[in-house]
Amino acid sequence: MNKKNLIRSAIALVVGILVIGLGDAFLGSFAVRILNLSAIYIILALSLNLLVGFTGLFSLGHAGFMAVGAYVSALLTMTPAQKTMNFFLTPIVPWLANIQVPFILALLIAGLCAAFVGLLIGAPALRLRDDYLAIATLGFAEIIRVLITNAQPLTNGAQGLKAIPKYSTTWVVWGFAALTAAFLVMLLRSSYGRTIKAVRDDEIAAEAMGVNVFRVKVTSFVISSFWAGVGGALLGHMITTIDPKMFNLILTFNILLIVVLGGNGSITGSILGAIIVTVMMEALRFLDMPMNLIFFKTNGLPGLRMVIFSLMLMVVVLYRQRGLMGNKEFSWDMVANLRAVIGLKPRNKGGR
Amino acid sequence: MLRTDSVSMRFGGLTAVADFNVQIEKNEIVGLIGPNGAGKTTAFNTITGVYKPTEGKIFFKGKDVTGAKPHHITEMGIARTFQNIRLFKDMNVLENVLVATHLRMDVGVFASTFHLPGYLRKEKQAREFAMELLESVGLTNQTEESAISLPYGKQRRLEIVRALATKPSLLLLDEPAAGMNPQETLELMDFIVGIRDRFDLTILLIEHHMQVVMGVCSRMYVLDYGITIAHGNPSEIQANPKVIEAYLGVD
Repeated sequence: MNKKNLIRSAIALVVGILVIGLGDAFLGSFAVRILNLSAIYIILALSLNLLVGFTGLFSLGHAGFMAVGAYVSALLTMTPAQKTMNFFLTPIVPWLANIQVPFILALLIAGLCAAFVGLLIGAPALRLRDDYLAIATLGFAEIIRVLITNAQPLTNGAQGLKAIPKYSTTWVVWGFAALTAAFLVMLLRSSYGRTIKAVRDDEIAAEAMGVNVFRVKVTSFVISSFWAGVGGALLGHMITTIDPKMFNLILTFNILLIVVLGGNGSITGSILGAIIVTVMMEALRFLDMPMNLIFFKTNGLPGLRMVIFSLMLMVVVLYRQRGLMGNKEFSWDMVANLRAVIGLKPRNKGGR
Repeated sequence: MLRTDSVSMRFGGLTAVADFNVQIEKNEIVGLIGPNGAGKTTAFNTITGVYKPTEGKIFFKGKDVTGAKPHHITEMGIARTFQNIRLFKDMNVLENVLVATHLRMDVGVFASTFHLPGYLRKEKQAREFAMELLESVGLTNQTEESAISLPYGKQRRLEIVRALATKPSLLLLDEPAAGMNPQETLELMDFIVGIRDRFDLTILLIEHHMQVVMGVCSRMYVLDYGITIAHGNPSEIQANPKVIEAYLGVD
């Protein structure tokens, strides 16, 4: 990276922080919520992209690990009084009733618990490949959800948890999004990261080069579960109510959608995809409302939003099969080339 | 160095390799030849742990390595290349070699992610070693290029270099000269002998190209339908009627 691009990146970072800061200060609560939801989706998309895009493992179990993280962190941060209020049908197990730890510690424990569950699930499931793995992880995620629904004294079952402390402020969620991105960049640029990508590209060759393929897969799965747990916990602390039903397959699919839309194997792609999808989901909400189109009035078609959204997705899939970013990362050279394509500037002929 | 003790490999009713006995001494270059489908690659796959032999034992440096996992085999010092080149396609030339250096780096996921000082030192050494290897095959100017965008001959050489990055003592080459033109083939022969001397290697190679086999191998084994039909030095093999029969057929 040359000096000019370094300065550009620094400016972009400052502008990004300013936008988030100004948004936090001046936007309405609804808009701030979307802003923060984008950050959480960035964490979730990045963690899934580590599996799907960088290790080549097709997993559909993300919601399960999010649920583990969300429940662990919620239960560890609620006051004893709040817990008693929540568990009015079946009392909470005594050992959990009076535990209350600081938010950051709870978040860490939430991530570690999700990672541990990831290890338990990954060790058997990762002997499978491709779509078999997808089905197995999907099954395990459902098992987690059913367990949470039925472990009434531990999780309050189907009633879910309410009045979870609202710790997910704008700075917290964006801070963690940045941390996740930085962690993944560091991991994937390292020697271990290269073995992860080698497993994706060619398992047989990777094995012949002395890479313990199974261990690399499990490690990647565990790391992904850790960040999914952290993301799930942050989501719980943002919307302040969680119940088992919200951690269903649809949630996993939404995250998968972000990964595919942004670009399989692109960190900046996942970040871009998360912001676009989160904002679009809300921005298109007007389509569901009754509309006055001068000539005629519609009475509101619930679901029209999803139709338009699907159409947009199809366009992306048709014209950019590998997602918005492909498997490339954002670079300033890319911007220069894009400007050349549009015709603003002569094409940059020099290499990096 | 390497000894196989009546190794057989059967897939259902098909015996791909039967009663395979080889013995290779240190610093030898030994050839494994035979018509298509003779079981040469299967023999390689049993040695490198891709398949577990149905019968027989494999000894490497006097140790029984039968049925060990491929990555363990590589760790013990047997590296290989593939008949159909298997480079990491979404990685550049340098990264392809660096993947193979990871084995000897001995760093965990945490040390490497957080770029701890110990990791940085090892990473630097690995990069220097990789560049040194790439220099030996004249690929230093293309380190940033995508591995699969290289011309065929260079891909072959990159694959050999990648295998060397695991610091093996025994190198198995599966048809290294396949698809090479005569000039490249000549260079390859020099290269094979060169790396043997430079890295103190023992080499077992599968090859169809008779010029290569006769030129570099001190001894060779001939397989036909999974059975070892002959073994000896190049002139013995050339005169062996069974070999001529297997290759050319009889009236």
